[in-house]
Amino acid sequence: MAKAAKVAGSRAMEFMKPGAFKDNARNALADDNLRSAMAMLNAGMIPNRQGAVDRLPEFDLLSQRGRELKDHVLGHLDYYLERFERNCKAAGGQVHWCLTAEDARQAVLKICRSVDAKSVTKGKSMVAEEIHLNQFLEQHEIEPVETDLGEYIIQLAEEPPSHIIGPAIHKTKDQVSDLFLKHHAKLGRTERQTEPPALVNEAREILRQKYFDADVGITGANYLIAETGSSIIVTNEGNGDLTQTLPKIHIVITSLEKVVPTLEDATTFLRILARSATGQDFSAYTTISTGPRRDGDVDGPEEYHVILLDNGRSAMLGSEVHDMLRCIRCGACINHCPVYQSVGGHTYGTVYVGPMGAVLSPALLGVAETKHLPCASTLCGRCEEVCPVSIPLPKLLRQWRARAFEAGDTPQLERWGLSIWAFFARRPWLYGIGARLAMRGLAWLGRERGRLRKLWFAGGWTDGRDLPAPEGRTFQERWRQQQQQQQRQEQHGGGAV
Amino acid sequence: MSRDAILGAIRQSLGRPELSTDAKRGLNEHITKHRANVIPARAKGARADLLQRFQEMAEAVSCTVEHVSDEAAVPGAVAEYLRANNLPTQLTLAPDAWLSGLDWDSQSLLESKSGPAGIDDVVSVTPAFAGVAETGTLVALSGAGHPTTLNFVPDYHVVALKTSQVVGAYEEVWDRLRQANEQGRGFAMPRTVNMITGPSRTADIALTIELGAHGPRSLHIVLIDDEKAPG
Repeated sequence: MAKAAKVAGSRAMEFMKPGAFKDNARNALADDNLRSAMAMLNAGMIPNRQGAVDRLPEFDLLSQRGRELKDHVLGHLDYYLERFERNCKAAGGQVHWCLTAEDARQAVLKICRSVDAKSVTKGKSMVAEEIHLNQFLEQHEIEPVETDLGEYIIQLAEEPPSHIIGPAIHKTKDQVSDLFLKHHAKLGRTERQTEPPALVNEAREILRQKYFDADVGITGANYLIAETGSSIIVTNEGNGDLTQTLPKIHIVITSLEKVVPTLEDATTFLRILARSATGQDFSAYTTISTGPRRDGDVDGPEEYHVILLDNGRSAMLGSEVHDMLRCIRCGACINHCPVYQSVGGHTYGTVYVGPMGAVLSPALLGVAETKHLPCASTLCGRCEEVCPVSIPLPKLLRQWRARAFEAGDTPQLERWGLSIWAFFARRPWLYGIGARLAMRGLAWLGRERGRLRKLWFAGGWTDGRDLPAPEGRTFQERWRQQQQQQQRQEQHGGGAV
Repeated sequence: MSRDAILGAIRQSLGRPELSTDAKRGLNEHITKHRANVIPARAKGARADLLQRFQEMAEAVSCTVEHVSDEAAVPGAVAEYLRANNLPTQLTLAPDAWLSGLDWDSQSLLESKSGPAGIDDVVSVTPAFAGVAETGTLVALSGAGHPTTLNFVPDYHVVALKTSQVVGAYEEVWDRLRQANEQGRGFAMPRTVNMITGPSRTADIALTIELGAHGPRSLHIVLIDDEKAPG
């Protein structure tokens, strides 16, 4: 088992190549399964969120307060973390501060070894993905069992998540049917189920015993509460609760910026999280956990550990990407991103995807490694519009582009292009002449069809579609003409519009 | 050591040393005041409106709700619910003094035991600490009288709730929790506070919503009208 699992882990790791973004995108655009899965995302998630926001007139107010709270906490992060630690310990919990991903992996391993753990159930945790915990546990002969249905599906498929809240969102129903048949046949499930209720039930029945057998249960945390030393998970399936209640040990893997001062402050975020994420008014299960089981309790874990991961976050504080630390991981920016909708999550080659991933990944992995990601955006601004904590994602993406340029990570051809453009842009008169010549030239080229099939240096556009040909005059010229027309009308008593 | 390294790095990035005692006092005040931020209008209103909203919101997330006029009617209502839905009649009851004190023997159909949930348990009956009108949410506290597994392991979950336990906003639950704990054993919080809004669900296969992913397939609320003159 452990040997087979080792292979499984390394396959998922092969996706982690942000440098391959361009090739990945080309392949993704040709993937029909991905197309149909992404179309459902577009048709479902966007109207669902809008509906939930419209049903709560106070949404913007809550959102604004949430943003202020995050800024307040980040400005006093040392205080709130120490306060959290003190109260967590007072309730019998243990806190493990981990500067790096490796520190966190070792801390988890040490806890697992203390009970000679053979299997570990896992609720959904992006921080666990960030530190590639499954692969590490497999290498140490501990079987990680993903219990969130989406995470379970991609664990079977040996793939990383393609979305922070819907990890298997890229899989069609048929692909899940095939996966379940392939992996469950040896467990006596030889009939290929094709309908979602039957598929959900099959996973439910297979995972049930695993919850009871696991020695350790690992979950993430949406929030930590300084006031009480508690962690909060927000889920829909109930797998996180089974994961953290049945085994002997509950480990919470989370990161520094998740702390909030009080229950009341956490409540403000709870009111915006599900609405932004899935368009629900509230998720099915919001669970606040504080320490291990108490005297008299007949269930619950005997030990409660919190892994507090830094992994680059303390360096983000006060930096150009400071605002990204406000992120509550709702995924709204991902759902609304036209680039994500076209290429899916795996294309990014990183754990965090979409606009939030393109901002966060360079901070966690370095700009050189991830230079394509900040460019995987049209800067259309929809991400910022739907972000419940107003993270200026387009601005942060532009900053990373500038950093990549300064560091010389931008390809030579692009750099030449940019310097030629900059030369003209700094000389408006020359720019105007150039633009007029280009517009007239392109209009002449496309004079018959009004469209251009091929254009030098614009293959990226014209390979997939025609370029509408300009009509012959530049924006500036038309603007000037319109202004003059308007002036004439006013002078002739035509009146303003 | 990671702890000092992280706290040091945070302070360096923020460009300041550890906070002064005065500054800490100010932050402590924020924590101890428990001030609510923004409470939506839907969480406020007359008792009758809140009770109605609680029921509507719970039903909107696929709960079923029935009213009984007296707590003595709870065992009968549970038996009837299970019979009407063709569900098994073996119950696991929360070992809660109030719930266990009801006359379960009066229902010859029911076979009940008490304790945490085992893997084969199919139906659980539990109390709850509160109901929240805002989103039709139930709040359950772990403790000797309410094992957490009863909320998640069995296929069908029945909750007996008094109307006097229904509040408008989540913040009112925190207030009640703090009051209850001041008389308690000194822990600020129980091990687990479960906020439950409808039965378990998932949309992980082709974004189709299915109930009963890992937790209960159904959630039935027996609401005991214990307020004499609501509204």
